[in-house]
Amino acid sequence: MYTLSSRLKLTAIIFMIVGAIGLVYAFIAAPDTIEDVKEMMAADAHHGSEEVAVVENDVHLANPEHSEDEHIIAEDHEGEEAHGETTHGDEAGHDNEHYEHLLHQLQNKPWAAVYIAAFFFFMIALGTMAFYAIQQAAQAGWSPVLFRVMEGITAYLLPGSIIMFVLLALSGFHFNHLFIWMDPEVVAHDEIIQNKTAYLNVPFLLIRAAIYIAGWNIFRYLLRRNSLRLDEATDDRLHKTNFKLAAGFLVFFLVSESMMSWDWIMSVDPHWFSTLFGWYVFASMIVSAVTVIALVTIYLKSRGFLEYVNDSHIHDLAKFMFGFSIFWTYLWFSQFMLIWYSNIPEEVTYFITRIDDYTLPFFGMVVMNFVFPVLLLMNSDYKRINLFVIMAGIIILCGHYMDIFVMIMPATVGESWFIGIPEISALLLFAGLFVFVVFSGLTKAPLLPKRNPFIKESKHFHY
Amino acid sequence: MASKVIHAIYTDDDLLLQAVKQVRDARYHIAEIYSPFPVHGLDKAMGLEPTRLAIASFLYGLVGMSVAILMMNFIMISDWPQDIGGKPSFSFLQNLPAFVPIIFELTVFFAAHLMVITFYMRSKLWPFKAAENPDVRTTDDHFLMEIDAANHSVEDLSKFLYDTGALEIKLIEN
Repeated sequence: MYTLSSRLKLTAIIFMIVGAIGLVYAFIAAPDTIEDVKEMMAADAHHGSEEVAVVENDVHLANPEHSEDEHIIAEDHEGEEAHGETTHGDEAGHDNEHYEHLLHQLQNKPWAAVYIAAFFFFMIALGTMAFYAIQQAAQAGWSPVLFRVMEGITAYLLPGSIIMFVLLALSGFHFNHLFIWMDPEVVAHDEIIQNKTAYLNVPFLLIRAAIYIAGWNIFRYLLRRNSLRLDEATDDRLHKTNFKLAAGFLVFFLVSESMMSWDWIMSVDPHWFSTLFGWYVFASMIVSAVTVIALVTIYLKSRGFLEYVNDSHIHDLAKFMFGFSIFWTYLWFSQFMLIWYSNIPEEVTYFITRIDDYTLPFFGMVVMNFVFPVLLLMNSDYKRINLFVIMAGIIILCGHYMDIFVMIMPATVGESWFIGIPEISALLLFAGLFVFVVFSGLTKAPLLPKRNPFIKESKHFHY
Repeated sequence: MASKVIHAIYTDDDLLLQAVKQVRDARYHIAEIYSPFPVHGLDKAMGLEPTRLAIASFLYGLVGMSVAILMMNFIMISDWPQDIGGKPSFSFLQNLPAFVPIIFELTVFFAAHLMVITFYMRSKLWPFKAAENPDVRTTDDHFLMEIDAANHSVEDLSKFLYDTGALEIKLIEN
């Protein structure tokens, strides 16, 4: 039986408190009016001139006198909105437009930071659930000693998904401006979004989100309950039930995960779409999940709680980290290269804004998510060395945070991004919560399943 | 000087593994083992060095990658940088995404084929090579262990091998 060490608990709580304080500060520091933005720009003069120049360029592109294509290229939703109210060509009006545009971006910043961090940790729990279901449905012989670790990580699924739902509901009730299609004024001037309102409307989005969340959590609850009851049972009937549940979950997950990625991530850019997006998000999800499973396993093993886990189990997890990292890169590149190659204006803006404004994060994440894991984890011996797995794991997790960052930020805060107090505080807050929930979840049951039919094979697993 | 070897034939792979351990413990030298199929753990029991084929393959992959990059850079960028459908051919990096499929395929091609050829050369395999099979049954269901008998008493060694469960023991002088 695992007991939560007081040091770990304290660290998690400190993370949460520091993160919460930082976030409160970030929300207070976000400007309320255009005057605040102007003041901030004046206080930060050398940086300010640069920013204004960028914004000028942006608004210029959004000018309706230009062709419809360019209008889309700018994807300058706030600018568009402002346009309805100000006179074109008027210099003072233009000037205010810059600041209004900037104001919306800066107001979005703390919200986007919370949204990214919340989604990142939620997706780890969901990805772990998928990996767990795959292991059950595939009747894997190596992994049953790790089942309780995976179940512990999926304990975050319920709080994580509820937080996501609350954030979506807050967006739906106009507390923030993350999703421009939720703003009736934007939709009124945007024919492309108007044609999508049958799918993209707040009540339907929340209903869909509720269905996914209910589905995932019910499957998680049943699988976990049966897994615990199997320990006390006298026959293997519950194992068969779990096999069927896992298969059912995987079918439900594939559909719901794909739709979730359109709803929660792709819809921040409602003018853009990509067919393999669901898979791409899934790849990010599963590689982060396997990495977290490996890191938690190594931690628990180092504390002496996982008697039967040996370096072959770590080796297998590291192989999955390696393989799924390459899988992620394959999908990232497929999506990028197809759009880059054909260069169709309404699709390619997605990458143009990212490459122009997010050069380092956009290409840096490919290095972190592909080059590092490939070089660190290719060697069979290195996959057995905890230090290498931990190093690769930390880089992979940072890389996939950047991945989510580059998906959400360009559409919500545009070129005003920075990894500063809001982003780091949000990350700390959710990291603390994640650690607290996961390790509390691990204390609830013995870390070794007793009656799993494959447990003996798993205990003696050797590669 | 004529060399003397003893051929001991076993019919079970578990028995063979056990015999290998006993023979090595007794400090006899195993020259070769013939088996109809891979026996898990036989190389470890015999104390063979791990293969370096994977390292060779990695290096071949790097060679393939370099070939692809140099080739595409020369053809598409330096030699004749045409405008083909508006693709930017001003520098290699600008047109890199279009080259990645080729770089990837050539990396795999070199890594795979050169590794296989290395394997053939290192294990001396080629068409029309005379088979080095001491006993035809070893390709079907028998295992044969070949032990140097040069400095040992043949009598003692035969007795020892008989005790490890060998079905047939033959002295080969050549």
